[in-house]
Amino acid sequence: MSSAGDPAEWAARAVERAVAAGAGEAEAFASEEATREVRVHGGEIESLTAATRRGVGIRVWNGGRVGYGFGTDLSDVGVGATAERAVEAARAADQDEFAGPPAAAGEAPALGGLSDASLAEWPAGRVAELALEIERRALEADSRVVGVEQAVYVDSADRVAISASTGLSGGYEATSCYGYLQALAEGDSGRETGLGFGMARGPAGLDPAEIGREGAERATAMIGSRKPATRACPVVLDPTVAASFVALLGGSLGADAVQRGRSPLAGMIGETVAGDAFVLSDDGLDPDGIASAPIDGEGVPHRRTPLIEEGRLMTYLYDTYTARRGDAGSTGNAGRSGYRAQPSVSTSNLVVEPGRLDFSELLAEAGEGVFVTDVAGLHSGVNPVTGVFSVGASGREIDGGELADPVREFTIASDLVSMLKAVRETGATPRWVPFGGSVSTPPLLIAEMAISGA
Amino acid sequence: MSEAPRLIDAEVADRVLARALAAGGDFAEVFAERRGGLTMAIDESRIESVQSGSEEGAGVRVIEGATTYFAHVDGLAEADLERAAAEAASALRGERAEPRPLEAVSVAPQPIETRPEDVPATRKAEILRELDERGRAAGGDVVQLLASYGENRRQVTVANSEGLLSGDDRTRVRVATQVVARREDRIETGAETRGGHRGFELLSEDPGEIAESAARKALGLLDAVAAPTGSMPVVVGGGFGGVLFHEMTGHGLEADHIQKGASVYAGKLGAQVAQPLLTAYDDGRMPNEWGSDSIDDEGTPTQKTQLIEGGRVTSYLYDRLRAGRDDVASTGNGRRESFRHLPIPRMTNTYIAPGEAEPESIIAEVEKGFYAVSFGGGQVDPATGDFVFGVSEGYLIEGGRVTSPCRGATLIGNCLEALNAIDAVGNDFWMKTGICGKGGQSVPVGTGQGHVRISAMTVGGTEL
Repeated sequence: MSSAGDPAEWAARAVERAVAAGAGEAEAFASEEATREVRVHGGEIESLTAATRRGVGIRVWNGGRVGYGFGTDLSDVGVGATAERAVEAARAADQDEFAGPPAAAGEAPALGGLSDASLAEWPAGRVAELALEIERRALEADSRVVGVEQAVYVDSADRVAISASTGLSGGYEATSCYGYLQALAEGDSGRETGLGFGMARGPAGLDPAEIGREGAERATAMIGSRKPATRACPVVLDPTVAASFVALLGGSLGADAVQRGRSPLAGMIGETVAGDAFVLSDDGLDPDGIASAPIDGEGVPHRRTPLIEEGRLMTYLYDTYTARRGDAGSTGNAGRSGYRAQPSVSTSNLVVEPGRLDFSELLAEAGEGVFVTDVAGLHSGVNPVTGVFSVGASGREIDGGELADPVREFTIASDLVSMLKAVRETGATPRWVPFGGSVSTPPLLIAEMAISGA
Repeated sequence: MSEAPRLIDAEVADRVLARALAAGGDFAEVFAERRGGLTMAIDESRIESVQSGSEEGAGVRVIEGATTYFAHVDGLAEADLERAAAEAASALRGERAEPRPLEAVSVAPQPIETRPEDVPATRKAEILRELDERGRAAGGDVVQLLASYGENRRQVTVANSEGLLSGDDRTRVRVATQVVARREDRIETGAETRGGHRGFELLSEDPGEIAESAARKALGLLDAVAAPTGSMPVVVGGGFGGVLFHEMTGHGLEADHIQKGASVYAGKLGAQVAQPLLTAYDDGRMPNEWGSDSIDDEGTPTQKTQLIEGGRVTSYLYDRLRAGRDDVASTGNGRRESFRHLPIPRMTNTYIAPGEAEPESIIAEVEKGFYAVSFGGGQVDPATGDFVFGVSEGYLIEGGRVTSPCRGATLIGNCLEALNAIDAVGNDFWMKTGICGKGGQSVPVGTGQGHVRISAMTVGGTEL
């Protein structure tokens, strides 16, 4: 496609233009992203997408007032107009004594392994073949798999640069890809669906057979499912479900939510918030984590931050603003979803430490209960301020320490802190899950939760 | 009457379409878009997060057989459009195809009285301050208020190889408020929104009411008991209660799910799936409604589509691609989040038509049940029909009367069972705004209904 631009040059020019437009201090984030997406269905390519997107976001500070502008026009005139929009936006904002640009920090750590050459080397035809193979493998895995709603491959190659009037500058390049499918199985009780997914830095790192097999297994496992009995019992969360809850927990650990009184973990530093088995850290440098990068969304070096150890809450996560406000240091947790959004506190990679029990030992330890393989309604069934949740779930009964009948159409309900305190054991084998954040977690055994079913 | 501006000339569009079909294809389309907007928020009684953006670009797609080739670029210069066309065509190896001559269609955009861009940012900040004051004044237990204002304008031009050249000019304004109330250890939240495919006039009528409504919900929950658990009659409130139909039925009627056999409504056209008292529509033409547009994102004029009549399925929701496969006309439901996305069948404003029952009697007839006034949202797997809804405001019904507020309730069930169990539809009716996510794309949708009763549904609370 087009000749590659230079995000570092765009960012530097944007800062200059913002200062010229009247900004006291300015910061710019510029990115260029090349993406591909293949969707396949029924052995045919349904769609093939190739695209580039580029843009710049400019944050300005004028006497404690913050404004933000973004745009796709990277010409001198376009960047100038974006800078003016940011300065104009700041006029409408109220003063905030803690607002200010990130200071030029020390050298960011060198971080290898963020890019994989196979991404550029594999042409569209080859990644399309990979998506077709994901679908084929699911169909071959089990005769009860009658179709695949969609198998999808997506990759992207990103280049990011950040520059600020304080002298801060930084940037990095990274590639990533993922593949997933939704398998359809047919049973007496009707259609069942199952998600299989995998992620890597490049297509060579994906295992289409494993993705297809997982989708098939999850769909066929639900055949013949019924509602479980309403009760309080031990619950085992599989890694995909555990990761969804850990990602929710990550939101409560952001200093922004805490300082504004919107976190169930506010005021709990040093207190017991989890069972001893639950050890959690945020690690923006873990080479296997998809959110890894040398710097965060405002150019502050990433690091590893222990969050929960021996059941106790160690710290919250900070960006520059919340660090000033909380009289702490930034933990390098300014997240950024692209040039269109201002940075805000967010987790990088959340890592739950694996325990000592393999999966069968974890089930044996549970004895009787429910193994939850899927949850639905997380965006509507959770109150992030209080941590109270009630979400739809499906999975398998655990009977005599082993997996038994499939169950569906029930809810699991608790609150985040009660659930964390009830974590009795963690499994030995972790998995990276990208839903709602980048999380690595093993399965978790919760001593007791409320199940609402039949 | 205003007209949508053309972002690309007919001659340029013609050349780009010819380039897209240079290596063959049954169909080519260029979708050009200019989008901009302003958002700001008030939090801790301070105006913050003021941001303003401007983006423009185009997406070009070529359809050949069962496959769609798609490319998108930033920028609307002819060279940018040519680049996207060349990229979309790059995997094709066929004979050049010729696009038909373009014929411009003029469709009137939704009427806008006061362009939000013409209103100074300080006025928008004033409205947020008013929300903050009114919400905080609603009760001494209100401890926090977060309100946001958002305006955006999307100008689009669509041209395709079948000769269509059309456009739209869309302006939306939305205000959302979240209130946190606290009494001793109890913390509860309440939310309210107002939005429309409208100009700044949306806020001419007492915007402070939005914050008071959010505050009332949060304060009411301070006295809430834990939600009950088990199967019982459920009365669903009007407005955003319509999200129930949106999830339970609307998604399952989208033709992409139907054609893949990934919907419980596949093969159910003409079938009785609900009681005769139920009739429902998707209507992208409702004046100034949040989910309305004048044309969809493929240039098809939006329309009012009857989905259910007297309990029977009367239509699926189509974009061009899926309509072609079923040999029917598009229902004007081909929508996309932006020029960076492919159109797929999506709802616009979806609602259950008003019935005959008095809302009071719908509740009075329930001996013991649950009243779900509004939801935080919902989710469905169209293939299995399993759905779940988080209740944001709910009450117990005891002896035909609404009694204690409940917190932490979730409704869970299966579409076909629950739809067939609707046994009363109220004669009251109103619409609410929502943001619907599907296939990684978010679009504004309206939902609506009056009070509706489901004879039995599982309520999943914490009170075992």
